[in-house]
Amino acid sequence: MLGRTAGGLFWMFRYLERSENTARLIEAGFRIALTRPDSAKDEWASVLETASVRHDYLARHDDFDGAAVIDFLLRDKTNPSSVMSAIEAARNNARMVRTALTREVWEAVNESWMSLKEALRRPVREADLPGILGLIRRQSALVRGALHGTMLRNDIFDFARIGTFLERADNTARILDVKYYVLLPSVSQIGSSLDNVQWETILRSVAGQRSYRWLNGTDITPRGIAEFLIRDRRMPRSLAFCVSKLSGNLGYLQEQYENQYASLDMVRSLRGKLLETDIEDIFETGLHEFLTEFLGDNAALAAQIEKDFRFIG
Amino acid sequence: MNENTRFFDELQNPDGTPRRPYEDYFGWFSNEDLRRLQKKSREAETFFRRTGITFNVYGQAEADERLIPFDIVPRIISEHEWSKLTKGIEQRVRAINAFLYDIYHRQEILRAGRVPAELIAQNDAFLPEMIGVSPPGGVYTHIVGVDLVRTGEDDFFVLEDNARTPSGVSYMLENRETMLQMFPELFSRIKVQEVSNYPTRLRRSLAACAPTMANGGPNVAVLTPGIHNSAYFEHSFLADHMGAELVEGSDLRVVDGRIAMRTTQGYTPIDVIYRRVDDEFLDPLTFNPDSLLGVPGIMDVYRAGGITIANAPGTGIADDKAIYSYMPDIVEFYTGEKAILQNVPTWRCSEPGALSYVLDNLEELVVKEVHGSGGYGMLVGPAASKKEIAAFRAKLEAKPSNYIAQPTLALSTVPILAKEGLAPRHVDLRPYVLVSPDRIDITPGGLTRVALKKGSLVVNSSQGGGTKDTWVLGG
Repeated sequence: MLGRTAGGLFWMFRYLERSENTARLIEAGFRIALTRPDSAKDEWASVLETASVRHDYLARHDDFDGAAVIDFLLRDKTNPSSVMSAIEAARNNARMVRTALTREVWEAVNESWMSLKEALRRPVREADLPGILGLIRRQSALVRGALHGTMLRNDIFDFARIGTFLERADNTARILDVKYYVLLPSVSQIGSSLDNVQWETILRSVAGQRSYRWLNGTDITPRGIAEFLIRDRRMPRSLAFCVSKLSGNLGYLQEQYENQYASLDMVRSLRGKLLETDIEDIFETGLHEFLTEFLGDNAALAAQIEKDFRFIG
Repeated sequence: MNENTRFFDELQNPDGTPRRPYEDYFGWFSNEDLRRLQKKSREAETFFRRTGITFNVYGQAEADERLIPFDIVPRIISEHEWSKLTKGIEQRVRAINAFLYDIYHRQEILRAGRVPAELIAQNDAFLPEMIGVSPPGGVYTHIVGVDLVRTGEDDFFVLEDNARTPSGVSYMLENRETMLQMFPELFSRIKVQEVSNYPTRLRRSLAACAPTMANGGPNVAVLTPGIHNSAYFEHSFLADHMGAELVEGSDLRVVDGRIAMRTTQGYTPIDVIYRRVDDEFLDPLTFNPDSLLGVPGIMDVYRAGGITIANAPGTGIADDKAIYSYMPDIVEFYTGEKAILQNVPTWRCSEPGALSYVLDNLEELVVKEVHGSGGYGMLVGPAASKKEIAAFRAKLEAKPSNYIAQPTLALSTVPILAKEGLAPRHVDLRPYVLVSPDRIDITPGGLTRVALKKGSLVVNSSQGGGTKDTWVLGG
């Protein structure tokens, strides 16, 4: 396989994952705006922060007006993380790697692009937002389904998955990092209802409310959430889950290519760090510090993968 | 050509009865509900969009993706007609390859005075870099598209030869795929020769042209300018269906005297490159130094016999419109036989006598730029306004050698499905020809292009043309 093709697959699936994550962030923000209008602006600001586009947003807008933020996150072409930009980038990458995809996967991506382009042609009215967010989720599921149902489990599949899990780990870590202050012991001791809403928002942003309840009942605590999203390997959006998957896929590549890769060593040590560190220790040394380090490691891993597999000449 | 010109209709005899090749289809069609067919026709469009078989139109502000309209009425050719055509095509393509070898070696045809030497020497399509270079297997034009038009029962003309990088074959394949999905009943009723194995045939043909140094199965790659190229769909389609790598210039470099592609596991040599990049951009060290689309040093490797480039650089000299008018001589010179396929009579405006005739008869003629393609920069006299003709006259007088002129041909018609039912429209045909050292392989059928506008004689997709599935019966 061409190095460029591997890179194209990697980015195609990073962007697909990003579009879905952005849609989820909008969903969580919208929920707060509806249930707690007073904290809506703060929440939108933190959504933008999570998507790392707060700075870009403020270059074009004066305040965190809900409609403006939603439009920026859904449709704005100047925002490279907007759902439309991400889908477009995913589809361009898919065109580039067309020969590595089954017809089903290609058509699912192409159809996503066509239907979202149509749905996001004009600013989305509030009344239509839930429908549009649902559409984004469905399209995303369609691509995933086509991938799992029709693709060979070879290096092509590995690069697709590696893109997905790198992006997802990055996203989950950001969600936690932006909200880490509500998970801090000093604040949580107050136990006000606002905190509960914030915690729920975290879970909602990763589609994890139901799973969390299955595991922990209705007892939503900062430690429980941190444990769930950092260390729980059953939770498909947790850091431990993503890193385990990355380790698995890089392991398959090492096996198939009969070679030694620095990226595999990196991901293994990252995985060890996650699984061996107790959640109490994480809080002890500082959640924010821990997450900052993780985001750095994750980015370094991405760079090493790009190098190991010659994405760029 | 005026309103009373009688056009040859391929479906119907003048008395309204269907011609032989269309009898079975017509029988089926007559029992079909028009609205059902129109619904099917709209379905076809959705099908094409989902597949992504789109092209980008040059010169449009937004790089909008367009579909080439597809018409669901097939163009049907009998087995007998086809076998006559293939003989003519094969002869012509053989002559083109012999001509190219000669032009880049001893130039016997120039010495014999059959083609004027200045026509070659002063031609941009002639590449001095290719002089004395013998491509692997002696093949120059691995893939040729011969554009044919029909004016009567037995009258086929070659309109032009496409010896550089003929495009459109993916439409031939997808059109058939679409027809098979939409009208399976037609194919169980009527025996149509297969086209879907074209990618396999292409791969076999290209592999047979690999340099002798290739050990084991040759590595074949398709070289594309990238996703923004108007024909990118076709590039990826062909690579996909023939199991070849789809590479860009940035994936390739010279490694140990071979062209190699950067894979996830290092550089792997390639034996055959089917390039969809023009000569000019192929090698910045030899041709356009600003090109980012090509591979620095590929021409050195090529000259040393380390890679097959399909089609060979410099083949454009054979499909140049000024050379075209000499094709009957060229065929005769190299094959010792009369050309089976007719050429359209052509006035070379570089010749004073011809120029004055053309200037006197612009209203009747089609005038083309010698190096133009895609239907751009041409004048269709009978369809042009007085103003357009005057403007063209000025261009022609300013640089006569840049133009050739031909009579406006009474292109045959094949019906399309219009709102009111079947309606005749003008068509041409581009069969695809594969050349390898031991055989010339012509896929039965090709791409039928159709002018969708009533009365229009311009079939180019950039000028409002569409396509049809092309059936060769029997087999």
